[in-house]
Amino acid sequence: MTWRSPLALVRDALQGQRARERELRSLVSNLPYEGQEKGKQPNRFFLSNAIKTTKYSLLLFLPMNLYEQFHRLANLYFVGLAILNFIPVVNAFQPEVALIPICVIMLLTALKDGWEDFRRYQSDRKVNNTPCFVYSRREKQYVERRWKDVRVGDFVRVVSNEIVPADLLLLYSSDPNGVCHLETANLDGETNLKQRIVVSGLGAANLGFEPESFNSTVVCERPNSNLNHFKCFVEKPDKDKVGASIESLLLRGCTVRNTNHAVGFVVYAGHETKAMLNNNGSRYKRSKLEQKLNVDVFFCLILLFAMCLIGAFGHYLWLESLPGVPSFLVPDSNGHLDVPSLESFYMFFTMIILLQILIPISLYVSIELVKVGQIFFITNDIDLYDEETDSRVQCRALNITEDLGQIEYVFSDKTGTLTENKMVFRRCSVMGTEYPHKENAIRLDVIDEPESEEEVIFNQHQQLPRSRWSLEAEDISPPDTQRHGRRRKSKVAANAHSDAAFSSPLETEVIPDQKLLQQISRAESSGGRRDGNRSFDPHLDFFLALAICNTVVVSAENAHRQRVSLQSRSNSPLQNIRKCQGLFRKFSVKECTSPQSSQMRNPLETFSSLVKKAGAFFQRDKRNRTLSEDPVIDSAKTEDEADANRLRTCSLHAPSQNGSTIVEAEELCYEAESPDEAALVYAARAYGFILLARTPDSVTVRLPSGEDLVFEVLDTLTFDSNRKRMSVLVRHPVTKDYVLYTKGADYSIMELLGTPYAENFSGTEKNIAADTQYHLDCYAKEGLRTLCITKKVVSESTCQSWLGERKRAQAAMECREELIMQTAVQLETNLTLLGATGIEDRLQEKVPDTIVALREAGIHVWVLTGDKPETAVNIGYACRLLEEEDLVINMSCKNKVTCTAILDCTLEEVRRYRDDPRNAGTTQNISLVIDGNTLDMAKSPDLQERFVELTKHCRSVLCCRVTPLQKSAVVKLVREKLKVMTLAVGDGANDVNMIQAADVGIGISGQEGMQAVMASDFAISRFKHLKKLVLVHGHWCYTRLANMIIYFFYKNVAYVNLLFWYQFFCGFTATTMIDYWLMIFFNLFFTSTPPIMFGIFDKDVSVEVLQGVPELYRTGQGKGEYNFLTFWIAILDAFYQSLVCFFIPYLAYQDSDVDLFTFGTPLNTAALFTILLHLGIEIKSWTLVHWIIMLGSVALYFIVTLAYTATCVTCNPPSNPYWILQNQMADPMFYLIVTLCTVVALLPRYTFHVLKNSVAPSPLLQGRQLDRMDPSTRDQWIKEWRG
Amino acid sequence: MVKEEQEESSNRPDNTAFTQQRLPAWQPILSASIVIPMFLLIGAAFIGVGVALFITSRDIQLQELDYTGDDSEHPCFKCRTNTEKCTCSMTFSIPTLFKGPVFFYYGLTNYFQNQRKYGASKDDNQLYGDLNYFTSPSTDCDPYTRDSKNMPIVPCGALANSMFNDTFTLSHTVNGVQKIVPLDGKGIAWWTDYNIKYRNPSITPLINAFNGTKKPTNWPKPIYELDTTDVYNNGFINQDFLVWMRRAALPDFRKLYRRITHDDYAAGLPAGNYTLTIAYNYPVHSFNGKKKVVLSNVSWMGGKNDFLGIAYIVVGSMCVVMSVVMLIVYARFKFAEDV
Repeated sequence: MTWRSPLALVRDALQGQRARERELRSLVSNLPYEGQEKGKQPNRFFLSNAIKTTKYSLLLFLPMNLYEQFHRLANLYFVGLAILNFIPVVNAFQPEVALIPICVIMLLTALKDGWEDFRRYQSDRKVNNTPCFVYSRREKQYVERRWKDVRVGDFVRVVSNEIVPADLLLLYSSDPNGVCHLETANLDGETNLKQRIVVSGLGAANLGFEPESFNSTVVCERPNSNLNHFKCFVEKPDKDKVGASIESLLLRGCTVRNTNHAVGFVVYAGHETKAMLNNNGSRYKRSKLEQKLNVDVFFCLILLFAMCLIGAFGHYLWLESLPGVPSFLVPDSNGHLDVPSLESFYMFFTMIILLQILIPISLYVSIELVKVGQIFFITNDIDLYDEETDSRVQCRALNITEDLGQIEYVFSDKTGTLTENKMVFRRCSVMGTEYPHKENAIRLDVIDEPESEEEVIFNQHQQLPRSRWSLEAEDISPPDTQRHGRRRKSKVAANAHSDAAFSSPLETEVIPDQKLLQQISRAESSGGRRDGNRSFDPHLDFFLALAICNTVVVSAENAHRQRVSLQSRSNSPLQNIRKCQGLFRKFSVKECTSPQSSQMRNPLETFSSLVKKAGAFFQRDKRNRTLSEDPVIDSAKTEDEADANRLRTCSLHAPSQNGSTIVEAEELCYEAESPDEAALVYAARAYGFILLARTPDSVTVRLPSGEDLVFEVLDTLTFDSNRKRMSVLVRHPVTKDYVLYTKGADYSIMELLGTPYAENFSGTEKNIAADTQYHLDCYAKEGLRTLCITKKVVSESTCQSWLGERKRAQAAMECREELIMQTAVQLETNLTLLGATGIEDRLQEKVPDTIVALREAGIHVWVLTGDKPETAVNIGYACRLLEEEDLVINMSCKNKVTCTAILDCTLEEVRRYRDDPRNAGTTQNISLVIDGNTLDMAKSPDLQERFVELTKHCRSVLCCRVTPLQKSAVVKLVREKLKVMTLAVGDGANDVNMIQAADVGIGISGQEGMQAVMASDFAISRFKHLKKLVLVHGHWCYTRLANMIIYFFYKNVAYVNLLFWYQFFCGFTATTMIDYWLMIFFNLFFTSTPPIMFGIFDKDVSVEVLQGVPELYRTGQGKGEYNFLTFWIAILDAFYQSLVCFFIPYLAYQDSDVDLFTFGTPLNTAALFTILLHLGIEIKSWTLVHWIIMLGSVALYFIVTLAYTATCVTCNPPSNPYWILQNQMADPMFYLIVTLCTVVALLPRYTFHVLKNSVAPSPLLQGRQLDRMDPSTRDQWIKEWRG
Repeated sequence: MVKEEQEESSNRPDNTAFTQQRLPAWQPILSASIVIPMFLLIGAAFIGVGVALFITSRDIQLQELDYTGDDSEHPCFKCRTNTEKCTCSMTFSIPTLFKGPVFFYYGLTNYFQNQRKYGASKDDNQLYGDLNYFTSPSTDCDPYTRDSKNMPIVPCGALANSMFNDTFTLSHTVNGVQKIVPLDGKGIAWWTDYNIKYRNPSITPLINAFNGTKKPTNWPKPIYELDTTDVYNNGFINQDFLVWMRRAALPDFRKLYRRITHDDYAAGLPAGNYTLTIAYNYPVHSFNGKKKVVLSNVSWMGGKNDFLGIAYIVVGSMCVVMSVVMLIVYARFKFAEDV
């Protein structure tokens, strides 16, 4: 590199700075400048692709790490003390010795930091040196380079299964449609494949791509961290601009799939890539306990100050009281004695040095160690391990484990958190007619049963009258049990990878409703004759809409990702699924065609008798009370009978009809961004409308007749949370009509409806919208997710003009979103209602159980959902958030006045109830249901006090139709107003705000990607894990840590006070009666491990009892075990114990010839035993580890002290502990004194514990007593206790 | 970034008793069945030990003689302010045989040997016989490192400088004749002090080692003349010096001066009249102190001290009382485990 003037360098740097800060960046290809010096490179100002996530460099590690460490107040205090030691007039000990503890602590921290940084460095190096292919002009081909050598403006080629090295603008794809499939799991955890499209209009995309011919300028926005958003346009030499969005961006860290190779232009590199901008490490949260702890440290500081003042003042009085200058008073080196006041001023500082360990500096290090241990045990808990996803609980925030034990409010998302987020098509309504899909419902219930129940069903089925269908079924049935085994296995296997493809049979299999099937085949057959008119049958349109109006990507099974294909090779789950699904089909068909109509009239009944043993079925039925009373079903029932004849014919037809197509269609895998869409596509497939392929420009659908139709897709109006709907504009290949299919939330669709679908149905004209709305309400009551499906035929002229407008909106750089949204709204009017679907989002396993447990633990549970109130309330009952006997307050008001009135009214009511003496013993369980609008009003400043007051009385609260922002606002409101510990749990991106707003954020790693997990403090895989995590681990972590901290304070105060009392007998001259080294060792080695072990291992109550009696959790809530009282009791006890440990030896050695260290040794030993046995009283369960560490600490004390006093003759000049302990241990008095001290010191605490345990046993003690019983008695006990 | 293919269930935590926190544990609950017998047992044991200690302590004979001379009637009153050599004597009588071996202590009150700077004011290396520290003592000894002529002081420091220098003779009046009671000055210091911690330089005669050094300013004679009769009791290993150098823990202390183990007195001091003659040198008025002589015999538990015995008895009784209280509580409330 040639020499450049510093001025030029500065100018360059400034230029670079400006270039990076600019709103828009213009990038050109690097190729024309290849090989030229750096100053000539056009993109030299932008960051290179090398990343560096390390905090320190080798040279600067020491100063930077020290700087970081000194940011901690505690360390600063310690260093201040060390400096104080070096001031000659105050030094009490050898300054070098005083430095040891701080050095040890800082060294440990530095080692930890260094190791972490080294790990980061290694991973950086690995990433930076990953090979990739960059085009080189010189060699006229793609050459291998390292990731770190990639620069903005380069052309990078990526091949299938390769990781994208930088953010690339996709310019070429080997796919003929210009599509590149991308797996973004590394980035957001979403495992479905995403399509990326080549920037259109850049010449012949299909003829291969010549990087050298690329002479356009890429103008893109400044880098930002939004993964779903990217604005850019490519300006061709002829000034023509082509817009590009996130659809054309390959993100760094993602994996290319299903695409042979693709070429991209590097727009962002290194730290400017979206992946890196999103990667902002783990957060530091301060736990509530630590905040309280800091207050108490402050109290200790005051105590220290007071003691030092007493020391200084005492020294003054002592000096004053001396009549002359005795020989023990040592003047300074000049033979000059300071005046008493000055001496005592110096003494104040000397006292600080002497009593410094009153501030438990080692406490902070110990807490960190304890938390590491606690996290180790949490993450290793096998109960929190999820088989299906092979994931453990993750602790992302390392320092708030104990907050889990103090939770008072839980805020939960519904979808994906309480429910599986595995969408199952349940029922639908087409043209105002309800199709209940009973067989499908039965199948789903069957699938739920454990294996044994399945057995029952299949055995039963063989006893059924032998119709031709059951005969046909025979060839499959013989090895029944074997099949079950396989089926189960396949279910597990499929579940294990369900995140990849939503391919569990639960979701993919839909048994068609016979009546609807019949309806379709009728339309189909009639349509077959009149070809041109076919699509006008609304039933067909309905399913076409289901198949078309989505963003589901179809991928062939064999081309699927490695993971899945590997799996299928090993035990071919898909095959198994297919087999059993065939079985189901036949089974169900036989079921409804059976001539035994008396039995068959009500299939629900039949089945409940079949699975009588299961019980779960009944429970389920009871839970969904509305189901059995559902008028829809009742009405359908009667129709059933009437249709019996037709049913038979139809079912004869159905399997054969499906059979031909399904074989082929089975090979397809649907990958959807939202599971709802997949469920709908699978439902359409069940009816023979099979989505075969989707490219950006076209959708191929196979009709029941076996005919493949290719629809030209003109535009896709993607879903957004404002519109709450999505649309696809297609051109019908036969009729050549422009059709807009829209699906969305009922309330967003209903108001957009135009004239009813009447033209073709003049004979049976009815108010479809009203009927459908009624069905929708029924669905919602049942807890189903509802979607409305509509259609709109657009005239060609409207369509063309709209498309033009749309294009302009998409190319706009300014407020593009608003424009796009506007165009969407513009088109989505005057829709024609086709029907509605009800999709079930099934509750996760053990959710009701978990919620009940949380409630019993005194935790207020709030569920915040975007669903409709009806759906939400139903789910609320199903998951036992709401109970039958609860008083449910429903708040849904249109304006603020009513809102205020209702609020006042209910509050008054609640208060009256509470104040009524008759209700003193009883507690009414109040629950509140509130919708988003009302919530907004209630949150307004003038009402929020009242609202919070009301919610305080509510055991559970259900908020419906809330936005992500509202979710976090609610959490913040409760957290700030009530000053309580809050926990938020959610799984989706919409829960991120809430998770971050709460004290403890828990992410559920489910189907909706990793954003929630990224933002969370703990990540679990199932909602049910929350129970053990909070009730058991939370409780343990909290009690352990709380007791350890109290103990730590006690320990330091007790020990330091020994020194303090001695000051009264040495003229307050800061003399120690214990050797300095031994004093430092005492805290650093002899008594440090037991409390850490206590904080990690102690177990007050067993898992079984904590889970069986969630009420025990309440002990940790609010003030908990670590509070003002317990802290001061510990301090007082410390004072008492130190008094005992000092004055018993004092009185025993009074008027004797005892020397200084001989006097100190029994004191030190008694303190050791007292402090350790004090912990022994506190330890609730003694495992081998406890014994080893406790006995080890005692042994260490004696070994180290004996070794030290045996070797140190003149090693530590002023003090001279030679042979002291040996001498003492030969003296029986030593043992007598130590025993007496220990017993007297611990007697009050011990007695107190004993008396309290018998007079007023704490709940925790009762819990421990339960532990000692055998399990059956225990269960009995728990029941009685509850009662 | 590179995703590795993982074994099935590789993420599964180990199902061991340790990681699942299921280690077998002893979970004591403080309950009546354990506590009441335990309290009784401790109580009984403590009372037993306490009685033994108390009896032992009571059997120890003790004779204290304050010779500070604050009282104008006191024979040593004259010496109190006298800076010259002064001798005074006191008489006392022992009513019954004072069982031997009798230990002869001197005691000081209000003397803070445990003062921090005072305690640090010595040079361990010098006292270890290291000649390098003879010529340049440690600055720890300041301002008693060098005298006004800048000569190094050996032994340096305030501790040595302030050594107690009263001497005593005890005589027994037998048939009107004063009979000197032989005092044994050997073995009064710690064995480790005498043999290990303190050493004379290996130069004979000892005096040569101290060439170029000065005696501490308060001392009447240099260290190598402390006991000219016995070479093994001279210099740094002089037993009186060693006793002084071992700092007392508390401001009121006594130090062993001599033992009475010889001749007729090996079995103890017979009843009769005794005279204590004191060479009164050590000034105490500067710290309001008292000086005394203590004659005592010792037991296995050391000198006379009733406290420990009483304390054991009291604590033992308290334990017994507590066990009774526990019994009442037990009857009244019942322990949950027995419900």
